[in-house]
Amino acid sequence: MWANPITLWRKGILGMNCRNVDFISRYNPRERYPLVDDKLQTKMVVRKAGVTVPDLLLVIATQHEVEDIEHILANFTQFVIKPARGSGGKGILVIVGRDGDRLIKSSGSQLSAADVKRHLSNIISGLYSLGGRTDVAFVEALVTFDPLFNHLSYEGVPDIRLIVFKGYPVMGMLRLATRESDGKANLHQGAVGVGLDISTGASIAAVQHNRPIERHPDTDHLLANVQIPHWRALLTLVARCYDVTRLGYLGADMVLDAHRGPLLLELNARPGLSIQIANDRGLLPRLRHVESLDEMQHFTIDERVDYAVEHFGHATDARQPSLWDNVKPPQSIAS
Amino acid sequence: MTSRGPFTFLVILLIVAGIASALFRHQQLGIPFLPGTQETVWQVEVKVNFRADGGPVQLILSLPPDQADYRIINENTVSAGYGFAIEERDQQRRARWSKRDAEGEQTLYYKVDLVRDPAEIEAPPPGPARSVRFDEPYDTAASAIVNAVLPKSADALTLAQQLIREMTLTPPDQNVALLLDRYSMENLFIDLLALAGVPVRPVQALILEDGRRRQSLVNLVQVWQGDQWYLFDPSSGRVTDTSNLLMWQTNTPSVLDVIGGSRSRVSFSIISQTRPALTLATANAQGMNAPSLSLYSLPVEEQSMFKLIMLLPVGALVVVLLRTLVGLKTSGTFMPVLIALAFLQTQLIPGVISFVMVVAIGLFIRSYLSTLNLLLVARIATLVIVVVAIMSIVSVLSYRLGLEAGLTITFFPMIILAWTIERMSILWEEDGPKEVLVQGSGSLFVAVAAFLLMDQPLVRHLAFNFPELHLVVLGVILMLGRYTGYRLLELRRFATMIDD
Repeated sequence: MWANPITLWRKGILGMNCRNVDFISRYNPRERYPLVDDKLQTKMVVRKAGVTVPDLLLVIATQHEVEDIEHILANFTQFVIKPARGSGGKGILVIVGRDGDRLIKSSGSQLSAADVKRHLSNIISGLYSLGGRTDVAFVEALVTFDPLFNHLSYEGVPDIRLIVFKGYPVMGMLRLATRESDGKANLHQGAVGVGLDISTGASIAAVQHNRPIERHPDTDHLLANVQIPHWRALLTLVARCYDVTRLGYLGADMVLDAHRGPLLLELNARPGLSIQIANDRGLLPRLRHVESLDEMQHFTIDERVDYAVEHFGHATDARQPSLWDNVKPPQSIAS
Repeated sequence: MTSRGPFTFLVILLIVAGIASALFRHQQLGIPFLPGTQETVWQVEVKVNFRADGGPVQLILSLPPDQADYRIINENTVSAGYGFAIEERDQQRRARWSKRDAEGEQTLYYKVDLVRDPAEIEAPPPGPARSVRFDEPYDTAASAIVNAVLPKSADALTLAQQLIREMTLTPPDQNVALLLDRYSMENLFIDLLALAGVPVRPVQALILEDGRRRQSLVNLVQVWQGDQWYLFDPSSGRVTDTSNLLMWQTNTPSVLDVIGGSRSRVSFSIISQTRPALTLATANAQGMNAPSLSLYSLPVEEQSMFKLIMLLPVGALVVVLLRTLVGLKTSGTFMPVLIALAFLQTQLIPGVISFVMVVAIGLFIRSYLSTLNLLLVARIATLVIVVVAIMSIVSVLSYRLGLEAGLTITFFPMIILAWTIERMSILWEEDGPKEVLVQGSGSLFVAVAAFLLMDQPLVRHLAFNFPELHLVVLGVILMLGRYTGYRLLELRRFATMIDD
């Protein structure tokens, strides 16, 4: 039930206090925060640097603009409304289709134009932003998910979270929404986290509520042999985000579009720690490894990605047994 | 990023400075470390009567030394129209009153407050014994007494004791009787000891007894032995219990000298009072006119406010401890401290009940507000009014029902309550009731913990009387700010990772 702190430390688990003091406050300059706290701004800046992002359709900045938004929205059938400063996926509205005047949410329920207006008004008045500051809503094109995810995620957005430390991708996981998480990809709300091998993009382990699992609880899809396509491109993309933001300790959330490949959704200057549980690995050894590297050792993004692929793979630091070892064999094999 | 060295130095400096300053003020001003410490204060009033001749007048009154067994915490005079000064010569303090032109009956007062402070004071060694000459036939008698007693003694103390025995024999010794015709008991005792080569001096002391009036000083004798003075009463022997004796003067024959007046009289009255040691200490500090850090220099109204304000750092410390060491989630970082401050006024159980009640009713009404589709500021403002309404209704109802405790509900900070309701409500909508329960009970737990600590009489006492101890709190908080170890709840969060 309770872990021995020394055992945790030996395993290299990064704790919240250590993350805040040794990494976030040391490597993330305060003045860079607004860039990542505002998703709209992040989008604009990284796009210039050549990072692919979902298409921006519309920005709604004032209550006045909300008034006759239905005429403008009539041009789109599939779109996502997001608050620029929302945190933890709050205030995101995914519209997957139309039924006459009514809009269909990803969950299948329908919304009237008035509902959408109210949502936009809430976003602008700051309901979803940190500290209740007034916010901006933006509308972007709905990502056509790679068919790979069709059986992996229950509704919602399956995204890939990568921790990028000083430009080196050090750990990654796939986050899958569940019925319990209500379409959101937040682990503490019951989403499934699938650890990904940095060197290959293959799944290592999967957890829900900090417990190892083997199959998706809703889709019953086996999680052990997921292989993320375009892995190398994805790593290159997130490594580039460091050069754009200069945030040393960065969480990057990516999606895979069926047509456009990896797209950056948002960046996070305070990425959570659950990724360690999904990977059954502590972050500390890899972070310390990067800290020990000579600043001048790897100049280009490709060099950094090469180095990460070589050193932070699951096989290279397989000192710990995999979480799979503890999972009961599937029913079919057991019986 | 600052390096480790200067940071550690700063933390140690803060902690050491805080503790050292507290210790220093405890030592110097006698501010007690524990609340409610009582001390007995002796109040001695000296009344001086005399008839002025009509012309310049000077009075010199000897005053008790500042550093004997008793410490002077306050002294003043009532002497209209007289110039007054305190001077010190030959280890004897004297008060000097002066007036250019005085006539008729005059009355002057000197008041001194003393507390017993049994400090070891190193007495300066006396000079060689005074040489004494008696006239004949007294000289022969004196020598006879000394020669009779000297062989029976081992040192100055035993000599003095034997001498007193010899002098108080019944029937009296012939030589003693002869000498006592001429000399007073004290003077004879002193002179005989001096004749024997023992350093000796007359002292006058006041017997401290509660409620005595019109007292006068008693004559006693101090005999030097080894490295300190021993007190003797020539008529009874060694005085071992000096606890109720206030040494008033040494080596001086008269208590009062009057120049330009006659028929002078000095009388002493004594009362004892029990006062909180704290009151004494503050009076002491004011008496010293020292620039003090004390919050007692503020007006009383501000003082009572600072009694609460000075508890805030303690509450902040509890929040930091519970958040960085335990990892509790609270709604609003320091909201629990403000709630805990309100608990101080309402007491714990009524406080928790009214807090939970207000938030619950507020959440209920807020769930209706969310359907109204209001802008944020208007929504919060509505909640403030709702909170005010809940408070007044609860107050009136509980008063009608005879529950006085319900009236204390007004001590809760209303804006904070409104924001708490708002946050909880959004939390409910977005993360579900479970998260509301987690953060709500986390906040309440932190508030109760902070309250329990801030409610300790010792904590309140130290926080207000030793503001410098907040430097220690600051040092600890700074240290916790650099704590990179695991939080208690993380040991549970990551427990599944090491189950094997």
